Amino acid sequence: MTDETRSHDPGSHPDLPPPASTVGVVGWVRQNLFATPLDVALTVLALYLVYLLVPPVIQWAFIDADWVGDTRDACSREGACWVYIRVWFKQLMYGRYPDGELWRINTAYVLLVAAAIPLFIPGFRWKQWIGLFLLIGYPIIAFFLFVGDTFGLEHVETPLWGGLFLTLVIALVGIVASLPIGVVLALGRRSKMPVVRSICVAFIELWRGVPLITVLFMSSVMFPLFMPEGVNFDKLLRALVGVMLFSAAYMAEVVRGGLQAIPKGQYEAAEALGLSFWKMMGLIVLPQALKLVIPGIVNTFIGLFKDTTLVLIIGLFDFLGMVQLAGTNPDWLGFAVEGYVFVAAGFWVFCFGMSRYSQHLEKKLHTGH
Amino acid sequence: MAVETKIAVAPAKPPVWNDPRYRALFFQVLVLGGVILLGAYLVGNTMANLERQGIASGFGFLETTAGFSISQTLVEYSEESSYGRAFLVGLLNTMLVSAIGIFFATILGFIIGVARLSRNWLISNLAAVYIEILRNIPLLLQIFFWYFAVLRNVPSPKNSHSLFDSFFLNIRGLYSPAPVFEAGFWLIPAALVAGIVGIVVLARWAHARQERTGEQFPVFWTSLGILIGLPLLAAVVTGFPLSWNYPELKGFNFVGGMVVIPELVALALALSTYTASFIAEIVRAGITAVSHGQTEAAYSLGLRPGPTLRLVVIPQALRVIIPPLTSQYLNLMKNSSLAAAIAYPDIVLVFAGTVLMQTGQAVEIISITMAVYLTLSLLISAFMNWYNKKMALVER
Repeated sequence: MTDETRSHDPGSHPDLPPPASTVGVVGWVRQNLFATPLDVALTVLALYLVYLLVPPVIQWAFIDADWVGDTRDACSREGACWVYIRVWFKQLMYGRYPDGELWRINTAYVLLVAAAIPLFIPGFRWKQWIGLFLLIGYPIIAFFLFVGDTFGLEHVETPLWGGLFLTLVIALVGIVASLPIGVVLALGRRSKMPVVRSICVAFIELWRGVPLITVLFMSSVMFPLFMPEGVNFDKLLRALVGVMLFSAAYMAEVVRGGLQAIPKGQYEAAEALGLSFWKMMGLIVLPQALKLVIPGIVNTFIGLFKDTTLVLIIGLFDFLGMVQLAGTNPDWLGFAVEGYVFVAAGFWVFCFGMSRYSQHLEKKLHTGH
Repeated sequence: MAVETKIAVAPAKPPVWNDPRYRALFFQVLVLGGVILLGAYLVGNTMANLERQGIASGFGFLETTAGFSISQTLVEYSEESSYGRAFLVGLLNTMLVSAIGIFFATILGFIIGVARLSRNWLISNLAAVYIEILRNIPLLLQIFFWYFAVLRNVPSPKNSHSLFDSFFLNIRGLYSPAPVFEAGFWLIPAALVAGIVGIVVLARWAHARQERTGEQFPVFWTSLGILIGLPLLAAVVTGFPLSWNYPELKGFNFVGGMVVIPELVALALALSTYTASFIAEIVRAGITAVSHGQTEAAYSLGLRPGPTLRLVVIPQALRVIIPPLTSQYLNLMKNSSLAAAIAYPDIVLVFAGTVLMQTGQAVEIISITMAVYLTLSLLISAFMNWYNKKMALVER
């Protein structure tokens, strides 16, 4: 290196590179990890925390884990025993649904995915019809597929349903059924008719003020009392009704948020055109309002999806319930952690994916300034 | 001359069935009638069913002897106590775990929310990982994890984990020393209360003086001194009238001290860590909602970073934070009902579970339970609304 100083004519000084300590990896590290003494302390602390947590978890879940085998003897017990998940996988996915009939569930899954894919293709032309099919046609097909007893299909009783399949059934039924009820309730809450409004407010606030568990308890012990003698409700159906009422109240509040965001001019313009109330709502207001609250609806769905785990308290074996059940099997005691980690990963993938999707939608639909 | 004839043209009256007012009336009567009919139908069915099954109705059962024991009781309760007493025990347990959960969730949530905004890349990403993992896993699963996978795997009383030989963690719960109050102890809390009153007076005086003269008074440090000094003085004067009753291993279990049952530990832990992830996001959104110009304006006025945060940023951020924070508190309180899944004796387990099984009076018990949660919800939101109003922007 030369230490000689060079002189330049005014204005002809060449551009010097920025100091090495402010660019590249070094600069980034200095700026983002070691900017101040406090930052240094925090970084060291955080690194120590990461060191404390991450290597043991990786060691347990991957390096020391046992993957192959069919019995608990295949597990060395030093790391995670994923054999446990392998053995119970079918039950965790489908519950006790008969082996020979599993194709029915799988067919419904494939149909759902195949029908839903076009909705995500921008510019696809028959989106409304597909949406309509998913909301009305698909549930009917799925119902006959799952329950059977017609078209030569064997009848499968609901106590045999379980696992992730049951979780999806409850969550999807809850969301699909709660949307129309929620829209009606939201319209009622904003109605000018005092009787209608107070009934809707009371209904919404009642269900929003109590925990889902009490709603499920209510649906499992009180619904049978409400019905005339001889009418017997299926346990799953009772839970579904409870979940529907509960999520409809939350959905109503989401939709109300959308309705409030529509400028008054839209209502007035629709009225000036001579549209009736239902035409105004159906053609002008609701399409705009519902589009606005799609992220809110997705968030409600995430909440509902997580809440479906509560049905295990009234004796239905959903995804989490099935892993609890597997944990009490005398041949497989002591693998609670593996089971919970697997179920947690399953829920996490669904919920994280949906929340990312809702954030993406929020950005896409944010057409204002 | 043409005769002008004036004909008053009244607007044509719409027929009754097209008049919006009558329509509204008709529609409301229809809805009300429908609701009443449905209600009557359900009530009628219920009465018939109750009669057929021979279930008593009314609230008389609250006086009956319960005959079951409860693992955690904040008030006196035994098997001879009444169902009403059991209800009270369950209600207090629900309120206890909600209060603990709200307290820790708020602290943890604020810390993580601020960490999420840190300029330190590692800290901010660790906070993001915490938030994304915790809030996307069902709460019930987290409660199960803490209870069955963690707290069920701690050792038996003989080999408990111990801290300073006074705190012990084992499968029966968390044992800690219990305070024993001796004569003259009342002076210490009295001194504390006097100190708090003194601080309030001092703060008002300091504020008024600053408004008048611009002179500041070190309120924080003086208050801290008063808060610690006065009770300490009282303790010295009365000769430390407080001793600790340490838990001791006698045979197979600990005797003495206080015990926190593992169900409470698991539930409080899961509730506060889960809710903290939501609170962190709320705090982050609240702080980012305060525009950067506010901070810059405060700096250009010569405020230092501390007062800027305390006097400019936080008051504005709180306005954004409080309403969603309220709904998180409500959620936490409602989620505490998941206690039933791990047998923590809250109101759902004790009242809507055991008492319902024993008496069979579903309608009364479920209604009371729902009413309790509704009341608690209303109380929390009333308090937070009051606080919100206090913090809200006063516009001219």
